[in-house]
Amino acid sequence: METLWFCLVAVMVAMYVLLDGFDLGAGAVHFLVARTNEERRQVIATIGPVWDGNEVWLLAAGGVLYFAFPLLYASGFSGFYLPLMMVLWLLILRGTAIEFRNHIQSPIWIPFWDFVFSAASLLLAIFFGAALGNVVRGVPLDESGYFFEPLWTNFRLGDHPGILDWYTILVGVTALLALMMHGALWVQFKTVGAVRERSARLASWVWWGVLIFSGLLTMLTFSVQPQVVANFKTWPVGFILPALAIAGLAGVPFELRRKDELKAFLASCVYLLGMLTSVVFGVYPMVLPSRDPAYSLTITNAKAADYGLKIGLIWWVLGMILAAGYFIYVYRTFAGKVSAEAGSHGD
Amino acid sequence: MGSALDVHRLHFAFTVTFHYLFPQLTMGLALLIVILKTMAIRSGDEHYNRAARFWAKIFGINFAIGVVTGIPMEFQFGTNWAEFSKSAGGVIGQTLAMEGIFSFFLESSFLGLFLYGEKRLGQFGHWVSAVLVFVGSWLSGYLIVATDAWMQHPTGYRILPNGEIALASFWGLLLNPWALAQYAHNMLGAVQTGCFVMAAVGAFYILSKRELFYGKTFVRIGVMVGVVAAVLQLAPSGDIQGKMVANHQPVTLAAMEGLFVSEEGAPLAILGQPDVQKRKLDNPLEIPSMLSFLTYREWSANVRGLDSFPQTDWPDTIELLYYSYHVMVGLGTLFIAIMGLAAILLWRKKLFEARWMLWLLMITFPLPYIANTAGWMTAELGRQPWLIYGVMRTAHGFSPRVVAGNAWFTLIGFMGMYTLLSILWLFLVYREIEQGPELEGTKPDPNSPLLAEAD
Repeated sequence: METLWFCLVAVMVAMYVLLDGFDLGAGAVHFLVARTNEERRQVIATIGPVWDGNEVWLLAAGGVLYFAFPLLYASGFSGFYLPLMMVLWLLILRGTAIEFRNHIQSPIWIPFWDFVFSAASLLLAIFFGAALGNVVRGVPLDESGYFFEPLWTNFRLGDHPGILDWYTILVGVTALLALMMHGALWVQFKTVGAVRERSARLASWVWWGVLIFSGLLTMLTFSVQPQVVANFKTWPVGFILPALAIAGLAGVPFELRRKDELKAFLASCVYLLGMLTSVVFGVYPMVLPSRDPAYSLTITNAKAADYGLKIGLIWWVLGMILAAGYFIYVYRTFAGKVSAEAGSHGD
Repeated sequence: MGSALDVHRLHFAFTVTFHYLFPQLTMGLALLIVILKTMAIRSGDEHYNRAARFWAKIFGINFAIGVVTGIPMEFQFGTNWAEFSKSAGGVIGQTLAMEGIFSFFLESSFLGLFLYGEKRLGQFGHWVSAVLVFVGSWLSGYLIVATDAWMQHPTGYRILPNGEIALASFWGLLLNPWALAQYAHNMLGAVQTGCFVMAAVGAFYILSKRELFYGKTFVRIGVMVGVVAAVLQLAPSGDIQGKMVANHQPVTLAAMEGLFVSEEGAPLAILGQPDVQKRKLDNPLEIPSMLSFLTYREWSANVRGLDSFPQTDWPDTIELLYYSYHVMVGLGTLFIAIMGLAAILLWRKKLFEARWMLWLLMITFPLPYIANTAGWMTAELGRQPWLIYGVMRTAHGFSPRVVAGNAWFTLIGFMGMYTLLSILWLFLVYREIEQGPELEGTKPDPNSPLLAEAD
């Protein structure tokens, strides 16, 4: 049961990364692919009707994590107190920027919100990456099941690490590059004209960065978190996941060259999925590794009681079917490209 | 003030109070927008569609702020209240997760369609999406109220040997009688906020001699729905809620009413400042025996005062609790008077000429916000010193590793952030009201926030 919920939470987090990942990425590349007000409006229009729904995956994943693994929620959220609060502030600024940017047509108002939108998206990508890095590296849990990390200590992997150290910063940068590629691929899929050209070009440049950093990071991760090595040794079938990531990453330039815009974006989805599932597979059965392995939180010691998990399964399946229905309907309704001249809208 | 416990309490109190300023309007407006959309379809009059679109824009601004200030609420259970989450997450995580999965997905999907898809969906489809936004936001309200209700009156749980609180009955949690009563009370409050705001904007237009058709429509809908909600809020809703408190939290009732000493034929205090040290009300203005009657339907019934309970079980801010409760009830009564009077004038067809009444409607719109806030303060301060009533004390619930210094840091950050949001809100809502509904549809809308490709 707890392994099942571990997988379900992982699925929801993965959905969040794939979906909100492209709108965060679009934000991060906002100024690189769009030069004029109309072009920037075009970029925002590609995510406008969907970003809010994408962000709901974060809330929903958080909620599911809460009731399935209460101890993890309590320990992880209070331990990552500072970076989480900053993530919240960035999400507030970013949401405000997207929603309010087009309310006033002024050369002061619009560039200001464009900047907020882009900067917040960029920082969020780094923060989320660093958070993932912290989970993989392990946190200073003790016998109470709690920990608290300051933003940084000495940037080394010791017994008292901060949120930021050389490893987590590296994960943050990798995440930023990966989401920039992902976002640029989304934008090239949803737009026409100059923005499309620039996005496709940017994606193929950033691709090199993603390749180099992913490779480097993978090698370092094996030494940072020994559990990863152990898991891949125990269940070699797990190699299918990194293989998926490699296939996805290889698919991006391939599909870009063939000018298959949708498949290029989907290849990036496969890459992200492969990377995430590799990490999840690598740390299982831990949900929050400790620097001192004796205190790690695992699916067994962090889970809620069985009755709740069983009941949850029923409504989770029901809810996901409904949600999938809404998503398909919304994405189909807003299917199609956005042009720079699209000055009118659905009304 | 200054211990980690106090700062964590203030942190949650501040962020949730600010957050709820927005959902109370959007939940109320969601209903009123469905009414406007229905009128548009039934009458075929395009004016009602414009009115619906106008309110949809104001809804959108409020919804956006509601969303961005709502995410921190869920996070704070883990960040600031880790001990509570660790023990009770298996129970209240259920309702919180269900809110995300059942209502937020519904709400966010169909709000996008409602705001930007009118042409693609057609009139009927547009009406359906308005209804689904309404359903999503009211469902969300239920699941949150059910979460709070469980903390007020825990049901459907058992305590495991390791101290963990586990879910024992899903329906026991979901159909908690406290939740049903509290939900009705809460939603009636939200509807009144929506009605007062709509009526205020309408009155503003009539008094400014512009947008007369819309002004009259807004005032009419605001008053007609508002008077019903205001009356129902007092009886039966308020009455049921009061009895719940009397039965399950008698010490809270005593503190709310400022009843320090148990009494047969206890009076109802209308006015008077509690002096907790001397255990009395200063200059009390009371209705004799009324509290006994309201609580037990018997003039001479014994109502237990604070002296019947150990002081360790008293709510820890009796004064603030007392005032929150009295402000809520006082304003609720005032709403019946205002809306009742306006409804009579409307019925006599004199409302639109009665400038004093329109003025009154225009300037009273902040009051339901205050009443709703005071109501929630009554509920939450009244629950003290318990985090989960009778099960876990507030002092045992916060995150042990998040020291006061870190909590202050983020609290101050939120204060700054929310100040900015408030300024933006005032500015943007004022602009929409200033532009008015008529502008919409007469020329391409320059404000359309998020556009998909035109057909």
